[in-house]
Amino acid sequence: MGERFVTRGFVGRREPGAGAGGSADERRRRTPPGQYLTDDFPVLSAGPTPRTPLDRWSLTIEGLVSEPVTWSWAEFLALPARDWVVDISCVTKWTHLDMRWRGVGVDTLLESIDLDPKAAFAIAYCDGGYTTNLPLADVLNNQAFVAYEYDGKPLAPEHGGPARLVVPARYFWKSAKWIRGIRIQDRDEPGFWESLGYNNRGDQWLEERYSGD
Amino acid sequence: MPIDWQLATVTAVRDETPEVRSFTLGLPAWATHRPGQHVDLRLTAKDGYSVERSYSIASEPERVGEIDITVERIEGGEVSPFLHEVVVPGDRLEVRGPIGGYFVWEADLGGPLLLVAGGSGVVPLMAMVRHRARAGTGVAARLLLSSRGPDEIIYADELERLAGANDGFDVVHALTRRQPPGWTGYARRIDEQMLAEVLQPLGAGTRAYACGPTALVETVANGLVRLGLPPDRIRTERFGPTGT
Repeated sequence: MGERFVTRGFVGRREPGAGAGGSADERRRRTPPGQYLTDDFPVLSAGPTPRTPLDRWSLTIEGLVSEPVTWSWAEFLALPARDWVVDISCVTKWTHLDMRWRGVGVDTLLESIDLDPKAAFAIAYCDGGYTTNLPLADVLNNQAFVAYEYDGKPLAPEHGGPARLVVPARYFWKSAKWIRGIRIQDRDEPGFWESLGYNNRGDQWLEERYSGD
Repeated sequence: MPIDWQLATVTAVRDETPEVRSFTLGLPAWATHRPGQHVDLRLTAKDGYSVERSYSIASEPERVGEIDITVERIEGGEVSPFLHEVVVPGDRLEVRGPIGGYFVWEADLGGPLLLVAGGSGVVPLMAMVRHRARAGTGVAARLLLSSRGPDEIIYADELERLAGANDGFDVVHALTRRQPPGWTGYARRIDEQMLAEVLQPLGAGTRAYACGPTALVETVANGLVRLGLPPDRIRTERFGPTGT
């Protein structure tokens, strides 16, 4: 649409008010296009919440690596973790500033692993069959982590617990709930939502919501 | 192919309940949707300030050239009060869609079909119900609809009419807060016992779709898994207020 259409009578509330993320100006500056701020944590899932007992849970890195690595829950918890305070944007339009997580960086997970020179994509796979794809460049260098606590408490199952991937620079469907592994590949492979009309990359600052955006 | 914004014209506005209103949108670039899909709506002020929201399509794809969306007025919200208080027939709204490829049901997917909704979560399920009726399929289907009171049942008259057609579709209401005198139906929130009773005549092989507030969707999805439905036959969508 060339000239910007103006909706008759619409003014908007505009005032982002008080809340996480600082002053109103700061909160506005940190809100990607088409998003609204919330201090809520909405739940969006395509199907029932999987519940894997922790003694049967593991996390695996496989694919184009020198040797696949698998951590049990206890081994995963023993990895160096840190707190992450990040802004999260969901393609359903909500943005929540300064969400507080604890988890293990993807960089940390890959530390003990030699990647094949052809490695270029990370495919996260999950209990329940969910998958999502990310270029390795989007998850390295402190850009992604596997979280097991939110707001100081164990991550609730409906929010992806016991552990979920978190990739703050992409729409939240890339932050795969109930993660069980990452497969490293040389070629890209659209995941669940990426095969159902959603954008392959999902950069919220470029409003890459749907295929073709 | 990008999904482009287009200028819809509001051709009708209809109250469903005191807090819920439907809008018919005539679309210049109408495309067949799949029942369960949504559209994005963009509102823009004179100075360029704009907001977007997603709304499920309530109408069936057999209706050519236009769609209905049904919007619950959220107190303190930025978009739904505007739609309720300002928008009248003849107004134009920017929309794009249809969007979403998983929470969908089409007649050739078959059944039996169990639809479970809380409040305005019924909207995408209504597109499935209307499509089922128009497609003339005999697929057995039940809608379990949780509403606070009799005056808050969205699409009440149409649901009654569709259920009265005796073509394999029926509606089960749960009225959680207020019941009319002589009410013999469910008078509590949806729970596993209720799900078992509603699911029973449909049997194994049922496809289930649940939409509503998180707690309801969790109850329904987890309950149906415990009742033996395979997780991949249960599709869920959260719907309704998310704090604003």
